[in-house]
Amino acid sequence: MKYLDEYRDQRLAAALVDEIRRTVTRPWTLMEVCGGQTHSIVKYGLDELLPAAVELVHGPGCPVCVTPLEMIDRAHAIARRPGVMFCSFGDMLRVPGSNGDLFQIKAEGGDVRIVYSPLDSLKLARAHPDKQVVFFGIGFETTAPANAMSVWQARAQGLANFSLLVSHVLVPPAMTAILDSPSNRVRGFLGPGHVCAVMGWSEYEPLAADHRVPIVITGFEPIDLLEGILMTVRQLEQGRATVENQYVRAVTRDGNLEARKMIGRVFEVCDRAWRGIGVIPQSGYRLRDEFRAYDAERVFDVAGVQSQEPAICISGQILQGHKKPHDCPAFGAQCTPLTPLGATMVSAEGACAAYYNYRGAGLLAH
Amino acid sequence: MCLAIPGKIVALHEALGVKMAKVDFGGVFREACLEYLPEAVLGDYVMVHVGFAISRVDEEEAARTYQVLREMDQLAELDAGEPPEEPHEVP
Repeated sequence: MKYLDEYRDQRLAAALVDEIRRTVTRPWTLMEVCGGQTHSIVKYGLDELLPAAVELVHGPGCPVCVTPLEMIDRAHAIARRPGVMFCSFGDMLRVPGSNGDLFQIKAEGGDVRIVYSPLDSLKLARAHPDKQVVFFGIGFETTAPANAMSVWQARAQGLANFSLLVSHVLVPPAMTAILDSPSNRVRGFLGPGHVCAVMGWSEYEPLAADHRVPIVITGFEPIDLLEGILMTVRQLEQGRATVENQYVRAVTRDGNLEARKMIGRVFEVCDRAWRGIGVIPQSGYRLRDEFRAYDAERVFDVAGVQSQEPAICISGQILQGHKKPHDCPAFGAQCTPLTPLGATMVSAEGACAAYYNYRGAGLLAH
Repeated sequence: MCLAIPGKIVALHEALGVKMAKVDFGGVFREACLEYLPEAVLGDYVMVHVGFAISRVDEEEAARTYQVLREMDQLAELDAGEPPEEPHEVP
């Protein structure tokens, strides 16, 4: 497929690895921010091709992973209500709450639907005026324009039976939290390509300058990732710390202005809790007050639902790059993709799930 | 989750006043909302995330980057010192 196959070329990958090897003179720890990047890196074994001096640690950029358990429990409380049609992206259905998952609620008679796009849930709301249709609006900045449009269109179409359960998080505040941690080891970032397709990269420039850390906006294919690593290592070796863009075919400096405008109309920045990490100030979106009629947390009065995470899980340490999945005693034992204990095992894009799926047997002996 | 896939716009239409496109992902066709890329035209490649086109694939930039990478590949071969072996003919 055009713009995919050529970025999986093995010869080019080998040439990039050679160039990284020639460039690096001392150890560097880099973090790829986005869960999609983690998934590609582990799937293609890119981290194992790199010279030992270049270590990749895996970042917090998997929205399914960082959605707090209590938000999952709120979603489940809503989905169990009679008269509710609960719509979600497919990858949220397997995520266990304190009491089962959405598949189980569906099996018990709940009306749970997997949709491809938030606009599909609007179609369902139009087709089922007798139902309260709720969309589970999770995601980073990439997904925010789509979820914002669903609320904007619901109002424009006069749909009174649609609401959004908002659990939106933002990348730059999470990177700041990682860099501010006293035990931080990250010296350079592969920036999140599709987040920046929407937002552009100007908000990463103060981060790079203030923390003296190179940030290279990077795509998701093996060639993209290896080139992003090379660009980051070059900056580190040359003592530079700026924002560069590897993903030029999809990302511009200002991002998508129309999408950013819609985000600003519908959402406002708020404090958000990140699963495994805790509350990060000004790190997410909520609906603006003028859209409160579309806020599922208010419509169904579930904001009071509180939950308790299993104590053994070290996903918070993993999401901040302090630890790797096999450092956890529960990894592959009590904690597997079918019985996840925490954030990084619940989604295929989580570091623990990626390690388990692609390297499971090798790591269990660790 | 932040997955976005490149596809080619093969048809344009409106639904309830919303700009939409039919997009070809290597033979799989899906609808995508074009409200955030109103300037996109038939034949454009766009990155689509959860049913929304979020950016246009810049064909010139894609070609240029790829050329740079290919040149690096050729340079690496020169660096390696040994010429690539001619393929042996199988009798």
